[in-house]
Amino acid sequence: MIRRFLAILHARNMEFLRDRSSLSWNLLVPILLVLGMAWIFWEDDRPLFKVAILDQSQQLDREAHPFLSTRHIHFYTVQHKQEALHKVSRHQIDMLIKLDGTRTYWINEDSPKGYILEKMLLGSGGAPLNKAAVSGSAVRYIDWLLPGILGMNMMFSCMFGVGFVVVRYRKNGFLKRLNATPLRAVEFLSAQIASRLVITLTSVAVVFWGMGAFLDIRMDGSYLLLFMVAVLGAVSIIALALVATSRVSSEELASGLLNFLGWPMMLLSGVWFSMEGTNEFLQAIAQLLPLTHVLEAARAIMIDGYGWAHIAENVIVLGVMGAVFMGLGAVLFKWRADS
Amino acid sequence: MTQRPVLDVRDLQKRYPGVVAVDGVSFSITEGTCFGLLGPNGAGKTTTVEIMEGITTPTAGEVRYRGAPRDKRFREEIGIQFQTTALQDFLTVKETLELFHRLYEHTANLNEIVAVCALEELLVRDNRKLSGGQRQRLLLALALLNDPKVLFLDEPTTGLDPQSRRNFWQLIERIKQHKKTIVLTTHYMEEAYRLCDQIIIMDHGKIIAEGSPAELLAEHFDETILQLPVEDFTAPVDRFPFTVLQGNGCVEMSIRDVDEAIQQLQQHGISLQRLEIRPRTLDDLFLELTGKELRP
Repeated sequence: MIRRFLAILHARNMEFLRDRSSLSWNLLVPILLVLGMAWIFWEDDRPLFKVAILDQSQQLDREAHPFLSTRHIHFYTVQHKQEALHKVSRHQIDMLIKLDGTRTYWINEDSPKGYILEKMLLGSGGAPLNKAAVSGSAVRYIDWLLPGILGMNMMFSCMFGVGFVVVRYRKNGFLKRLNATPLRAVEFLSAQIASRLVITLTSVAVVFWGMGAFLDIRMDGSYLLLFMVAVLGAVSIIALALVATSRVSSEELASGLLNFLGWPMMLLSGVWFSMEGTNEFLQAIAQLLPLTHVLEAARAIMIDGYGWAHIAENVIVLGVMGAVFMGLGAVLFKWRADS
Repeated sequence: MTQRPVLDVRDLQKRYPGVVAVDGVSFSITEGTCFGLLGPNGAGKTTTVEIMEGITTPTAGEVRYRGAPRDKRFREEIGIQFQTTALQDFLTVKETLELFHRLYEHTANLNEIVAVCALEELLVRDNRKLSGGQRQRLLLALALLNDPKVLFLDEPTTGLDPQSRRNFWQLIERIKQHKKTIVLTTHYMEEAYRLCDQIIIMDHGKIIAEGSPAELLAEHFDETILQLPVEDFTAPVDRFPFTVLQGNGCVEMSIRDVDEAIQQLQQHGISLQRLEIRPRTLDDLFLELTGKELRP
């Protein structure tokens, strides 16, 4: 079994490395994308502009204080005080307000947005609130964005790098030829996953360290944990692509299916912006997407320096997703285009 | 003593929506023989062979290998050359051979396979840069890598030029010497006649004739064909006591007694300078059985 797995793995790696257009797509495009985004946001080191209301009922009552009727400010409720305070310290929330019990507001003294919001709060009338200050350095947008860019690059590389290859193999009859050997579906799929994993992680690592040469990348946590998240994330996304293309023999259909899965991940998994405070339904959908868990865990490690305990839930979800998708892919897998 | 069949096909059926591709086919293949499935495109021979290979599931019927249902051992002991097979891009011939070599538990010596299939000069060539004949030799080599007991060849010479086809036949004859059982589908009658010990002729998913090529021809024909260019045949056709047909610039005469026919032609002042005598072929047999040309 291992010999057959290694044979397929080696052949697929050779094919990838010798296909220069594919190789350059996987390495060059993400680098250019990150450089472009870095250039766009370099001068615009803005903090996120949000006001969270600490409220266990999760119902935002705008009548509770005149400040909550202020236009052009995004108010939303949060339940966990410590988590919210951490985000205030990281400038991810500009102000936190508690309107029941001891009425209090928290801002980060170093945050310009927090300063402006405080002036607006005081000028809005209504009952006075106690002030509490939080300290902590801001998270630059590029620090927040970089895991998203790397994750998105990884996601598309995994989805299309495997999905299209399998569809091409099926369409041109190569899978049918392999099916005439003792090779089993699970061996073939494992080799495809391993091959793409190596390619994707190498690509992401090159971009990561390449970016480090241009930007002061924030990395407060463990590289080992980050690597583990990347591996589990890549496996689960590759396996998802294998499920999507398990019976497809048309590139057009495969493209549609992969885009159908890829675009929600790009938009809802928090690549470009935080899903904090957005529609709850969308947040629930986002939790079903592997990239969401990759990015949550990666940002927790890179930006906040969190350890295993904090990302355990994401890691477990990714592991379960990878196993389920892999199993489904093997069961649904079709060797032939015409059967 | 009757040799036991290595493959036994019983009442095989394969139905697709609106089409019966294989319709109750039964036959047996004796070990160490070359067995041919002949028929025009769409006759059902590829479907039949793919069911035998285990690649396609039959709607009904069964295929037994050495008297038992096919199992993992069967998969290990067969070699297959499909009608069309793509290979992995960006790999050389050697890398492709090594890839497939590693997929089997029991394997033949790779160097011997390379030599048998005359691939020595091509080992470092990219798969995509092989000619049709070279590619078919590589595909044959892939089918031989596990030292198969049964070799399935599905129209292996289709699309090859005559020289490449003859070279390929020589390879198959060399493989036959190793006592392997070969199952060959083809629509080239010359190929079947040269290579096969037993044949079945299929049309519309059914077997319409079976036996050895010589037996079939002897069974259906006791005549020889005389051919003349149409311009040389200067006498009216109704003057002769045998069948005279015209077509493709030729006159064909089906005759039992060659000496007598030649005498009659000479009596009518017909020049015999360009006379050709040929035996009946499997093409003739297929035409006789179905009223159709066998070539696609």
